[in-house]
Amino acid sequence: MIRAVLPHPLLAAGLFATWLLLNGPLSAGDMVVAFLVALIIPQVMRQLEPDRSGVRSPGAILRLASYVAVDVVRSNYAVAAIIMGRRRHIRRSGFIHVPLDLRNRYGLAVLAIILTSTPGTLWVQYDRATGSLLLHVLDLIEEGEWIDLIKGRYERLLLEIFP
Amino acid sequence: MNPLIELPLWAAWLVVALALCGGLLALTGSIGLVVLKRFYERVHAPTLGATLGMTLIVLASMVFWSLSEGRFALRDLLIGVFLTVTTPVTLILLARAAAYRDRIEGDAQVPPE
Repeated sequence: MIRAVLPHPLLAAGLFATWLLLNGPLSAGDMVVAFLVALIIPQVMRQLEPDRSGVRSPGAILRLASYVAVDVVRSNYAVAAIIMGRRRHIRRSGFIHVPLDLRNRYGLAVLAIILTSTPGTLWVQYDRATGSLLLHVLDLIEEGEWIDLIKGRYERLLLEIFP
Repeated sequence: MNPLIELPLWAAWLVVALALCGGLLALTGSIGLVVLKRFYERVHAPTLGATLGMTLIVLASMVFWSLSEGRFALRDLLIGVFLTVTTPVTLILLARAAAYRDRIEGDAQVPPE
């Protein structure tokens, strides 16, 4: 019954919040329209048959968000330093292969966003058959370090969030 | 009329500092586009403006509107959310196109498929 009205509860909540944010100060009329938007658009999405997201473990989400916030600032600084020519060692950029255990599409999408949001790493290509991710790293010091960072810091938490 | 004049001085400084820092980061990213040599290195540079630079500018805008309208103006959060979600699409598309072309041209630096 609930599934018929709310096939994707997170999407509905997101649409509701987005509509209210777009329309500025809260008013009763906007609440009604936001409610309708949140009910109707997920029905359209049903035709596209997306996988269920099934997000778990709010604790892991918070931990991941804090890691990412720190890493974004740190890597912004690192890349800015490289561009401005303030680096202490000879920089070498290159490609690395990261073997991923994460198979959930939403998990992979979040990982793509994280890796793109931290300057210095660029998602080039993911092979679904082998689970291998081709990554370009701007400041490649130690290949193993990058693989440990991505697998230990992000992928472990993403596996908890998207089982 | 300049609405910045109506803000208290500390708030005006805060807004200007946030916007300026964000703008400087975006500028650094643009300089990187010129300074870095290879395509795959260049693609890293503009993400400075799209991540921390964008965050700072959005923060500046949110502080400004919240103080001048006297309520929490969270609308600009949406800019941050949508930019964060859509930037990877463009970058991955560019990277894949470049990798595809380099492989066809037999560039040894790009790993084979």
